[in-house]
Amino acid sequence: MTRPQVGSLAVNQQLTSDGKLKHLLSIEGLNIGILNEILDTAESFSSIANQSVKKVPLLRGKTIFNLFFEDSTRTRTTFELAGKRLSADMLSMNLKASSTNKGETLLDTLNNLQAMYSDMFIVRHQDSGAAQFIAQHVAPHISVINAGDGRHSHPTQALLDMFTIRRHKKDFTRLRVAIVGDILHSRVARSQIHALNMLNTGEVRVVAPRTLLPAAIENLGVNVYHDIDAGVKDADVIIMLRLQKERMHGALIPSENEYFQRYGLNQRRLKLANKNALVMHPGPVNRGVEISSAVADGPQSTILEQVSHGLAVRMAVMSLCLGSSGGQHE
Amino acid sequence: MSLEILKARLIIPNLGLDETGNVYIKQGKIVAIGRKPAGFKANKSIDAKGLILIPGIVDLGVRLGLGGEEYSSGITNEGKAAAKGGITSIACFPDTGPILDTVGEVDFLLHHPTTKTKINILPIGAITKGLAGSELTEMANLKQAGCVGVGNAWQPLKNTLVTRRAFEYAASNDLTVFIHPEDHALMAGGCAHEGMVATRLGLPGIPEAAETTAIGGLLPLIEQTGVKAHFCRLSTRIGQNMIRRAQYDGANITADVSINQLFLTEMDLMDFNPLAHTRPPLRTQLDQQALRSALENNSLQAISSDHLPLSRDNKLDAFPSTLPGISGFETLLSLSLKLVEEKVLTLAQAVSLLCTGPGEIVGGEAGQLSVGGKADITLFDSNDEWLCEPQRFISNGKNSPYAGWSMPGKVTHTISNGRVIYTA
Repeated sequence: MTRPQVGSLAVNQQLTSDGKLKHLLSIEGLNIGILNEILDTAESFSSIANQSVKKVPLLRGKTIFNLFFEDSTRTRTTFELAGKRLSADMLSMNLKASSTNKGETLLDTLNNLQAMYSDMFIVRHQDSGAAQFIAQHVAPHISVINAGDGRHSHPTQALLDMFTIRRHKKDFTRLRVAIVGDILHSRVARSQIHALNMLNTGEVRVVAPRTLLPAAIENLGVNVYHDIDAGVKDADVIIMLRLQKERMHGALIPSENEYFQRYGLNQRRLKLANKNALVMHPGPVNRGVEISSAVADGPQSTILEQVSHGLAVRMAVMSLCLGSSGGQHE
Repeated sequence: MSLEILKARLIIPNLGLDETGNVYIKQGKIVAIGRKPAGFKANKSIDAKGLILIPGIVDLGVRLGLGGEEYSSGITNEGKAAAKGGITSIACFPDTGPILDTVGEVDFLLHHPTTKTKINILPIGAITKGLAGSELTEMANLKQAGCVGVGNAWQPLKNTLVTRRAFEYAASNDLTVFIHPEDHALMAGGCAHEGMVATRLGLPGIPEAAETTAIGGLLPLIEQTGVKAHFCRLSTRIGQNMIRRAQYDGANITADVSINQLFLTEMDLMDFNPLAHTRPPLRTQLDQQALRSALENNSLQAISSDHLPLSRDNKLDAFPSTLPGISGFETLLSLSLKLVEEKVLTLAQAVSLLCTGPGEIVGGEAGQLSVGGKADITLFDSNDEWLCEPQRFISNGKNSPYAGWSMPGKVTHTISNGRVIYTA
């Protein structure tokens, strides 16, 4: 009696049969080897930013579409800049305002873009699973990079965060990392948790009121805290998540004011963490809601550093997916 | 027209029968079970040696399509798909196409030439106008037009007062109410069981409490109004426990489970498989075990296919944007026989849950066989196996998550009103 598991895929969709990166859809499904390869490649790209000529010819002649079905400024522009630095032809499409609102299906939109001889789609979409769906249905030569799908995954953000941590702290196995805030709606948090665990991080904590935590989150390999003082105590890295201001309307929190009092990171709380603890935030920052200005702009903050690392990490991912790793340009 | 079926293993729960024997049919009625009546001449004879004969399967609450256009052309075809699955009676939810809230719509479904089918259609009328949840429909007239019950399908009733009035009025007309236990506020935006898998995939969740608070809120109103209530598609362990306790306390309630909940769990959603997108959502292993035990101990009265044929486009999108539903007619019997293979049920129990159990809920002769009664019969070969290939389904919906499963038991003949309407 055969009974294949209904949802299982026979092969890892993200890797080629010889184990190379083909798509980047989620951190899950990668392995530590690939993850380190991305971070190492990003390291080699990060030096380019300091050169007078900031362009390398790695992806010359390649056509890359930024497909953003949901608003984004930072992620879209970093991908755009990363593509341009790699000499690819980059086109950004704001699909929120175009075809999908005219009743065209997601698949029709894709087929039309495929007909324009593209090599890569960078996708942001409000539905969890959209990047997977697209990767399953594009022509085999096209790579798909997930730039955020619903609440599911935002792998390049997690990778740039790992890159930032790695720059400052050498050994992940000794680290205690606290992720604070709206875990429920956060694709960033989910990707960070998977990446931190793949890197054998000593302890990963999530800190939030119950209303902002998804069910059974501890199954992802985290310790759950509802009290921020306990949650950041002795932490080496504190990652603050953005609280969307409209969350009050869903009765998830009573007010920004109480949220800041109970879960905001201020200097008193930062002192509970280990000396030299990093303060991270994927942006955009709500000052006075999840983090005080003094902390956001303080010496332990890596917030702006993260943005510039985003460029190197996205260059690394784009070049690896299209089969040309760093190395050549050095 | 007369028909004889010879040497079948007869499993007829309403007669307490499980023995090898013959069935004789004339003009749509069973004239004898066992010995041939004097002077009986068969126009047609089926040698059913090695086959199992059961009452035609009764499927409680199906949808024949969501779009109004495809609906009428779909019924004839879906009827053929049901017949292939050994199903001879289907109860249709009121949102199956045009909303069944007037006598006109019910008449159209039952009698219009474009909706012709050889199986029995048992409509469940809308309990409120337009399923809008506030004004009562003409339930007495709907009953007269042929409705076997009333319900509001997937739409909520406006408040507890409307619910109370609707139940009272249904009870006055001796109509069973068919309830989808769902708290809509708790379900809001959800598309997967709120638990480990939804958290991992970042899918908005539907908590267990969406079912249990709905059940908990309705039980007192059912008790107070004395209405006969049927809960459709229980999905949770706790919900099922609440029903069992209420039944034990003497409440006039029945419940069914979708066959899909008995074989699939939230784990089947991994990698965003839209074919495992159902409503209510597939739950946990623990829920599945509890529902399987509930079949054994009689607190669930029926297994349903939860048939909902969808087009390819309805499932071709990112998971949250796909429509929930599984095309289930053609796998219901085989999956139920799989429960027998897995020793969850005896064959007799499985037949009760597919025939007599749901038959009693819709009333009339459905799901029963007796001398003088209607000849709706299914014959199948329990030793035959087949490979599930949804693209070969008769149903317009190829949306089945069971592709590649080896299925036990194959229907050989389906007989409706004494006529053979399907042969393998």
